[in-house]
Amino acid sequence: MKKKPTTLRRVLRYVGKYPFSLIGSLLFSLLSVAATLFVPVFFGDAIDCIVGKGNVDFDGLKAVFIKTAIAVGIAAVSQWLVSICNNRISCNVVRDLRRDAFAKIGKLPLGYLDTHAHGDTVSRVIADAEQFSEGLLMGFTQFFTGITTIIGTIAFMLLTNWKIGLVVVFLTPLSVLIAKFVATHTHKFFVEQAKTRGEQTAFVEEAIGGLKTTQAFAREEENQEKFDEVNGRLKKASMNATFYSSLVNPSTRFINNIVYAVVALIGALDVARGVTLAGAVFTVGGLTKFLSYVNQYTKPFNEISGVVTELKSSFACAARIFELIDEREETPDTDNIVMGEAAGDIHLEDVAFSYTAEKKLIEDLSLQVARGQKIAIVGRTGSGKTTLINLLMRFYDVNEGAVKVDGLDIRDVTRRSLRENYGMVLQETWLKSGTVRENIKMGKPDATDEEIIAAAKAAHAHSFIKRMEKGYDTQLNEDGGNLSEGQKQLLCIARVMLALPPVLILDEATSSIDTRTERKISDAFHTLMQGRTTFIVAHRLSTIVHADCILVLENGRVVEQGTHAQLLQTNGAYSQLYNKQFA
Amino acid sequence: MRNLFGYFKNYKLQSVLGPFFKLLEALFELFVPIVVGLIVDRGLGALENGGYPNANGGYIVKMCLLLSGFGLLGLAFSVTAQYFAAKAATGVAADMRRDLFRKIQSLSYKDIDKLGAATMLTRMTSDVDKFQSGVNLALRLFLRSPFIVFGAMITAYFVDPASIGIFAIAIAALAVVVFAVMFICMPLYKRAQEKLDKVLLSTRENLTGARVVRAFCLEETEKGTFDERNERLNKSRKFVGVLAAITNPLTYVLVNFAIIALIYTGALRVELGNLSQGSVLALYNLMSQILIELIKLANLIVTVTKAAACGGRISTVLKMQPSLAVDEDGEKQYGETDEIVRFENVTVRYNDEADAALADLSLSVKRGETVGVIGGTGSGKTTLVNVIPHFYDVQEGSVYVGGRNVREKGLQTYLRERIGVVPQKAVLFKGTVRENLLWGKADATDEALWKALEIARADEFLREKQGLDTPVEQGGKNFSGGQKQRLTVARALVREPDVLILDDSSSALDYATDAELRKGIRQLQTTTFIVSQRASSVRDADKIVVLDDGKAVGIGTHETLMQTCEVYREIYFSQYDEGVQG
Repeated sequence: MKKKPTTLRRVLRYVGKYPFSLIGSLLFSLLSVAATLFVPVFFGDAIDCIVGKGNVDFDGLKAVFIKTAIAVGIAAVSQWLVSICNNRISCNVVRDLRRDAFAKIGKLPLGYLDTHAHGDTVSRVIADAEQFSEGLLMGFTQFFTGITTIIGTIAFMLLTNWKIGLVVVFLTPLSVLIAKFVATHTHKFFVEQAKTRGEQTAFVEEAIGGLKTTQAFAREEENQEKFDEVNGRLKKASMNATFYSSLVNPSTRFINNIVYAVVALIGALDVARGVTLAGAVFTVGGLTKFLSYVNQYTKPFNEISGVVTELKSSFACAARIFELIDEREETPDTDNIVMGEAAGDIHLEDVAFSYTAEKKLIEDLSLQVARGQKIAIVGRTGSGKTTLINLLMRFYDVNEGAVKVDGLDIRDVTRRSLRENYGMVLQETWLKSGTVRENIKMGKPDATDEEIIAAAKAAHAHSFIKRMEKGYDTQLNEDGGNLSEGQKQLLCIARVMLALPPVLILDEATSSIDTRTERKISDAFHTLMQGRTTFIVAHRLSTIVHADCILVLENGRVVEQGTHAQLLQTNGAYSQLYNKQFA
Repeated sequence: MRNLFGYFKNYKLQSVLGPFFKLLEALFELFVPIVVGLIVDRGLGALENGGYPNANGGYIVKMCLLLSGFGLLGLAFSVTAQYFAAKAATGVAADMRRDLFRKIQSLSYKDIDKLGAATMLTRMTSDVDKFQSGVNLALRLFLRSPFIVFGAMITAYFVDPASIGIFAIAIAALAVVVFAVMFICMPLYKRAQEKLDKVLLSTRENLTGARVVRAFCLEETEKGTFDERNERLNKSRKFVGVLAAITNPLTYVLVNFAIIALIYTGALRVELGNLSQGSVLALYNLMSQILIELIKLANLIVTVTKAAACGGRISTVLKMQPSLAVDEDGEKQYGETDEIVRFENVTVRYNDEADAALADLSLSVKRGETVGVIGGTGSGKTTLVNVIPHFYDVQEGSVYVGGRNVREKGLQTYLRERIGVVPQKAVLFKGTVRENLLWGKADATDEALWKALEIARADEFLREKQGLDTPVEQGGKNFSGGQKQRLTVARALVREPDVLILDDSSSALDYATDAELRKGIRQLQTTTFIVSQRASSVRDADKIVVLDDGKAVGIGTHETLMQTCEVYREIYFSQYDEGVQG
């Protein structure tokens, strides 16, 4: 295994894709810092030109002003360019990160998606990326200019008056120490705040989810009381965290003020004594430069301590995104055969599969399905019905044995060409935000309006679609919004009715649809199933009595197999299930 | 946004004291340049022969001690200011959350459907948090900047009255720059944020719909959509970044040119003997302070702008008028009429353009009767029962309970107390089973609770656990669908309601348990509405309402409907065919 590069190195690799912005940023910050540092020098010279009544050097002033104007102009323009470069870098890097993370989502094995909370992945792609971008921007803007400013000012101060320079160099880092001290001691308040906030979010989530029930039972007041209690605690925790952490600024400012006073003292005394430094007399103008340098020098110090914290947390965010990007992908299938339209012969050969190594699920499962057959799968929850579907669609790979379509091992064909042969309706319906029309034509993007309407009619969805605000152009919210479960399922059925694939998989496809509508659709389903291999998973046994073969699963094994009539006669598991339902 | 200002009323003192102490701190900062000016003018004395023979060392030391003293006072004031600012910000945020929660609880079913749970949650959490830090910063620093800026101007006036013109012009120009940038960038930030929402939507959908996306081989299409949305977000971020970044360089240029002007006019006056070198130095330092303050301000504006956008989102929720007004003090009660529920030509529409979800329904129900409501998906069954406790409003006609129109003001609380509803989605809350059941009636005895559980057929599995003290996890995850349904039925029974509404609340139960449950309820002699897709569930009802696309296509007993109602017959035979049962 290759050693994984550090987060920093990977971030730099992303940043490195924008060399021009990067070089621009570095170059222009140097320029802007240098120009910015010259301005106080010029102003100090200007002050020295004004000594007293009748003793003002106007020619000198003019020359100084021209120099100042040029320096200010350079500083301003390069400042702006630095910001633009930095902004470009941080925006582009985050876009690239998001793009890569999203591309990853499309390639992750379903096993990952099924076992990881979606909210967590979303927050990596959105919130973490966001925070990383802010940290990166701040780091770029302040870290580099900050350090150059510090070095520049130190050099200047030591050169003009090493005594004062040393005092400043040794006193200022005190503010960093104070900032650190406050940070370590306020950490527990932040933890407390985060914990209480989490508690409140969980409560609100539950309350909103059950709002209708709350209203039905007129329990709003009680809920409000509970909420107020948590809210009160959050207020207190948040007060502590906010107040104590806000002590950093005043304390560092205090240190700066002291440094300022000390510089003023030593500087003024030096001026009074007429001290000669570096071959020149230390003047009032020199003191002026010093004082404004003290301000410029301490500022980045205060900022850098903030930037370091920010950068730390933004790198933690980046690490979380990289973690997602590094996840193991599905085995690549670009070299595999592209399967054409399948006839629909499906063979399962000694298939073994389990989600986790500890718990065996499917073992030694063999099955022969000829084209056009209708196979029903029944069994209790957890008996492996949905797992079987997962294997057929190659959402998961078998551990042992093989699944073959038309004699081809499905691991040898591309997933895409395999899945194009399947039409699937699941119990858990999924609709994307978009119009009704877009949702129906997912399986056949080039479908005409007539085809779409015909499919919707066949699925008995046309009448309710027509009653919607804008008919087929009605915008659906994420996951179907206002539609009932049954209506959503009808739309999913319409999708398959339009795509007309050779193999159908109906996993509890009509569980939320009333029996009368189901009955009407079932005619359409019957037509659809003609000549298509179909797998049906259903709780309602009435929907599967016509299957060519019924598989009864128990703990991942086929315990019975046969037609409805045959299985009723054997008086086994199936007949028990059947009788229970109609008792 | 304006309605948010009211929140500061309860924290008037803190909101005033915070900035006030900040002002004091700023005041001491403004003294600094004056003191430095004094050190030059008085401490050094006049320049003679390139030296300072009259320099007063003691005076210089005194003045520098004064500077340190100012620093100390500044620290004390600023800590006090932080305290009050934090107090006000966290207090305002807490009150806001309280009111948001109250508002959300008061929204009608229709509003809840429209807004969506995710939005409500983000408004209550991250939006309020961002607003809180914005307020905190604003109280601490946003006001400090104007103090320093104007304070510097006033101080400059005392140092040299003639300089006030330059200060005034510079400040006006700076204000124009800062506000223009803010004014332009604020809507752009908001738009960028909306684009981020789209990116989030893509991400979420591809996680929740992974199976469907893959089954339909839409990975590439979806990636295209995402990349496009991502790029749009990127473009708009970069654009607003370029604009926002202009604040600092512009202010920098303005301030430095103001300093040049100051030094030049100062030089003229020094030449004439109207001003000292120290005063020019003081003026220069004062103008520099303005620059430092403005740079801080520019960084702050970004944070505050974002906070303001969040404030806007909070404000819209707070301003929402629940489409059904919940009356505060529900004094009214309805009467003891024999006819407990009556529908008179009721029509319900979920929005003005849509077809009626329930059309022109008339129905009369006597006390103690059982009414079955049956029909297909989306036929209006749930709508029918939801207008009885006035969860949704009717657009035409009227619904009467106990002889009173449910729309009457002051009746709502009583209605909801006297009507027991078991909604389609079985919702339990974190806590214990007892706590959940007591929702029905806060003072019910354990005995009463067990009785309700027995009728709901929820007693057996509970006894196997820890009885009434069995913990309920969030969302009732530790119970199966059928168990949850039975518990929610029990919860409604605890309240001994006048009208019991079972909205498809036995769908997860097997037929036998379902039948037992109905038998138990029947013995209570309570007026009951049973909504179901199962013919067997409504078969024994005194009255069955058959709905088809929002219209009542038949009302009557099982026997009559079998003869007169085609839709009912179809439903019936779709479930009882093949001679399984007749």
